[in-house]
Amino acid sequence: MTTDTSAAAPRRKMRADDPGASLRANPLKIAIGILGMVGIVWGLANLFLAFGYYPQWFGNKFIIGVLAIVVGVGGAALLFFFLNMFVEGLPRRLSEGAIPYAFVLPGLFFVALMLIYPTFQSINYSFANSDSTAYVGLQNYRTIFADPEFWKSIVNNVLWLLIVPAVVVAFGVIVAVLADKLSPTGEKAAKSLIFLPMAISFVGASAIWGLVYAFNNPGQAQTGLLNAIWVGLGGEPQTWLQIETAKLNSILLMVILIWLQVGFSMVLLSSAIKGVPEDTIEAARIDGASELQIFFKVIIPQIRGTIITVFVTVFITVLKVFDIVYVTTNGAYGTNVIANLFFNKLFASSEAGQATAIVVVLLIAVIPLIWFQIKHFKDEEASR
Amino acid sequence: MSRSLMKDGRPRSPFSMATMAILALLWTIPTIGLLVTSFRTRDDAATSGWWTALFNPFQAEWTTSNYTGAWTGADLSSGFINSIVVAIPATVIPIMFAAFAAYAFTFMDFPFKELFFLLIIAVMVVPIQVAFQPMLNILGPRGLGISGQYIAVWLLHTGFGMPLCIYTLRNYMSTLPRSIVESAKIDGCSHFQTFWRLVFPMSIPAIAAFATLQFLWVWNDLLIAKLFLKSENTTVIVKLQQLLGTQGQGTELLTAGAFISMIVPMIVFFSLQRFMVRGMTSGAVKG
Repeated sequence: MTTDTSAAAPRRKMRADDPGASLRANPLKIAIGILGMVGIVWGLANLFLAFGYYPQWFGNKFIIGVLAIVVGVGGAALLFFFLNMFVEGLPRRLSEGAIPYAFVLPGLFFVALMLIYPTFQSINYSFANSDSTAYVGLQNYRTIFADPEFWKSIVNNVLWLLIVPAVVVAFGVIVAVLADKLSPTGEKAAKSLIFLPMAISFVGASAIWGLVYAFNNPGQAQTGLLNAIWVGLGGEPQTWLQIETAKLNSILLMVILIWLQVGFSMVLLSSAIKGVPEDTIEAARIDGASELQIFFKVIIPQIRGTIITVFVTVFITVLKVFDIVYVTTNGAYGTNVIANLFFNKLFASSEAGQATAIVVVLLIAVIPLIWFQIKHFKDEEASR
Repeated sequence: MSRSLMKDGRPRSPFSMATMAILALLWTIPTIGLLVTSFRTRDDAATSGWWTALFNPFQAEWTTSNYTGAWTGADLSSGFINSIVVAIPATVIPIMFAAFAAYAFTFMDFPFKELFFLLIIAVMVVPIQVAFQPMLNILGPRGLGISGQYIAVWLLHTGFGMPLCIYTLRNYMSTLPRSIVESAKIDGCSHFQTFWRLVFPMSIPAIAAFATLQFLWVWNDLLIAKLFLKSENTTVIVKLQQLLGTQGQGTELLTAGAFISMIVPMIVFFSLQRFMVRGMTSGAVKG
């Protein structure tokens, strides 16, 4: 509060001749502000409902889209305009204190509505029945913990978590270091190609890799790349995604995610590596360190922070991995994961209670990550 | 030393060149396979690998009928338009709200500021799955009755994108010189004017960075679109997922469909790669 009043000091000085100004409200501004906000919300709500229920009024979807963009963006801007007018109409003392909340709370409202409230509601629903109408105590937890599929999914998820983030980080470091040694053109081209999968959806990636893992009966020509190579080496064609031995099918699905995520890892690590001061490397070289020693003892310690960030980010992605498993095997052949199990409980079997219980398990798993994020933020602020 | 030098005087590294060439090739081959297959006839694609067509392009049968089939027959055209209608507002609206919040978090002091911001950081990690059942109830027939409409998905993406957007924009805004905002205040500008005339235009690089990432997330999203859009409003990604489930007749459309779904993100990727990199290096963790 103290900084707020001191920042406003110059303004107050200008109005020193009018001592009552800081206590006086401007009813016209307040009225227009409130009316404007109500009008905008009412108008937007009706227009968007009309988009849904009477799309024929607007001709085609494209007009709806253009209208939605213009009205949505303009409406949000106008909403802030009227909100600001309302706050400025308040007595000065009050308005100084209220402005920050006028700016912050609309955004925070969405966060509260879409993330914070649902978190508690999901915990609440996890103690209720399949359509969340009556409490059943711990029954949902008993059901999912007794379900072997749940434990299979947990094991698979742990496997994904152990393998994917580590491999993505390792590949990212290797690619970033090697790309750094190429000519600028070569570096740009190679990085673009490896980065490209970032733009591809998980579903699209599954279609792409479905082609790699395709199976044709023995004797026919193999159209899947992997089987073609395998047969070329003298093997029998395999239905790769059905081989549970040594979790081979799960690992092949992990390859899809690794393929998608290495670009992200590379981009972050590459900018970190370029930030390593040249003289630290030079000094090590003069002391007679080998390239490998320089890499492990000079470069790696200096990019540790970025490595951790990448690891955590990929870790969070992997924790919720769903699309790839859903569209390739839908959890069959022992490839199920938590997020897919959740989706099938919610969508296919309409078991909201069990589905939310699974989400609570997922929530508990991210608690350490929340702690980590906050700590990371505080460290960063301290060094700012 | 016989190693040749590059233009900038660094020695060439044959090992790096070879390894990177192999890696780049490995990363590209699966996509090339899809692209080649999407132009092959059904019979051709079923009887030989795509690489045979690539090595003998004149003996292979080429066709664009997969694309016309997927576009009209499998109705990817309406999915494509839906995706655009879903993705653009779902990208722009969160930015509107987040920019104001980020401004307040950067340039204003108020009670609970720290608490609010820590809350934002905490929910960045919360899996969006927590929201599904409660939001199905709120937006669905038991609540507002807008589940299935575009607006439901816009609202959801706005909420889910908000924490990261606030975080990214605030990180960027805190690098802007504070003196500019203070001198605007001395000149008698209100916060609202300072925001619109100074801070918003100056934050365009960060806004573009977040917009690129958010657009790709929304376009590529399967979960939210599948749960919250009715079938005539559904996106191209959901249509593609339905194609993936088909067996026998129609499988040849899959490859073309996959490519259709990838065109827009690819264009965005190649034209805005610069911004994307900036968005990611400014700390992009999404729950």
